[in-house]
Amino acid sequence: MSRLIVNRRRFLLGSAAAGSGLVLSGCNQFDFLAQRGNPVREVIEQANVLTYSAQRALIGDQVLAREYAESEIRQGMKPNGSTEPSTPEYMFLRQANFEPYRLTIKGMVEREVSFSLAELRNMPSRTQITRHDCVEGWSCIAKWTGTPLGPVLDQAGVKPGARFAVYHCFDNIQRTVSGDILYYTSSDLVDAYHPQSILAYGLNDEVLPVSNGAPLRLRIERALGYKQPKYLHTIEIVDDLSPFGRGKGGYWEDNGYDWYGGI
Amino acid sequence: MSLDDATKLPAAKGPLVYRQSVWTRVTHWVWAICLFFLLLSGLQIFNAHPALYVGQESGFEYDNALLRIGAVNTPEGPRGRTILFGQTYDTTGVLGMSGPQASPVYTAFPGAVTIPSFRDLATGRVVHFFFGWIFVGALFVWFLASFINGHLRRDILPGGRDVAGLPRDLADHARFRLHHGRLYSPLQKLSYFIVFFILFPLIVLTGLTMSPGMDAAWPWLLDLFGGRQTARTIHFGVMVLLVLFFIVHIVMVLLAGPLNQLRSMITGWYRTAPGTPREQGDRP
Repeated sequence: MSRLIVNRRRFLLGSAAAGSGLVLSGCNQFDFLAQRGNPVREVIEQANVLTYSAQRALIGDQVLAREYAESEIRQGMKPNGSTEPSTPEYMFLRQANFEPYRLTIKGMVEREVSFSLAELRNMPSRTQITRHDCVEGWSCIAKWTGTPLGPVLDQAGVKPGARFAVYHCFDNIQRTVSGDILYYTSSDLVDAYHPQSILAYGLNDEVLPVSNGAPLRLRIERALGYKQPKYLHTIEIVDDLSPFGRGKGGYWEDNGYDWYGGI
Repeated sequence: MSLDDATKLPAAKGPLVYRQSVWTRVTHWVWAICLFFLLLSGLQIFNAHPALYVGQESGFEYDNALLRIGAVNTPEGPRGRTILFGQTYDTTGVLGMSGPQASPVYTAFPGAVTIPSFRDLATGRVVHFFFGWIFVGALFVWFLASFINGHLRRDILPGGRDVAGLPRDLADHARFRLHHGRLYSPLQKLSYFIVFFILFPLIVLTGLTMSPGMDAAWPWLLDLFGGRQTARTIHFGVMVLLVLFFIVHIVMVLLAGPLNQLRSMITGWYRTAPGTPREQGDRP
């Protein structure tokens, strides 16, 4: 009997020690999952493909993100990521009050087109009060005014077989010894043609400020903040994302974030 | 009679009963693995913005935060600081600032409880969503199997007799008088009912409410939980409750006889207390 009790006690102590040991030693045994391209990571990354397919199947292509009332705008739009691009092209445009700015649509289109800000502002506009959800976890409600992207793409005429829109930006999100890395991201054509996907030039009834992406920022309202490219200058229609950056379809995507960004 | 006499006296054993179906056993261990990874990757994600709010958005120009974890500079040097429900706590060494004194790390939760152990939101998300899918898949399998094989009706949903027997069972548990019967006790049923019908659905739905895509598909999620940021706060709160459940669960397993408990969750067979009436299908 006493032997059994000792064993029981030993078992309890042993399991408690083993349990706390696991906690105290930390979880660096799983740090290998952080290696981009690790085979185990590539397997578990497939869950993101599943999420994308599930959400596309579940959510109607035209279904809108929630729009809020004016009274729910309680603060300015929090700037994040690049807030003051320092590339020569951007500094020149900024100094010229974006007069020479043009948005170019190219790639798999019938005709390459480009528009000045004045031309974009003269097109039919859409204003929406939406919630911006950052991948970090915070949210901020703001009013965005801009030109719906779909009709702009139609003016260029998207060719059959096109699958993605790549959004090229002015901002040097990362500066390395081998030069600046410019921000870019991409979406499928469902998001590009979504009624709330607008080329925003206005924020909270004012001209879009530099810290929030002046002169033009794309809103993709059913996705996280890193799918809302600021300082946008070119939209390239493609059927393959691998030629851009490190091939994952965006700056943050190249750094291990999921491409879809809807969760 | 002490609580583990039953397992000590070979002469006075109750019958060995088949208590856990293969569906219950497999999903149990799948969840154990999933919840481990979900917790540690979830804390990694939380560290990217270590504050919890009430409402649709996060107040930057006003304060709607319930919890903030961070580090502050004081005359004595940097300290970890946690503000919870308006109360400020010095949490140096645990929250906001941890690690060796020579090279402290300024993350909300320390690297010992995050995956990866260093700051890496992208990897935290990859791990979280992978195990989230498996967790939800196992939940569907378990609900379906338990509905069909009667586990839900027999062991999880508390009936009139369980409600009537609850005060007595509470008193027994308080005296560490654990019964090794054929069926779950009222308190066990109630705990598992809360986990399966309240906590698990809540943590899945509040998780989905944080998805801007899901909010477009199911806008009622935002109304149900009172906003995306409230949903994020509830998600965190349910995590805390599940961690508490886990601790109690482990303590109960250890008190009730860990080998017998482990056997029943691995092979399905559970040794009942002496005097338990024998039924067809039991083993001696």
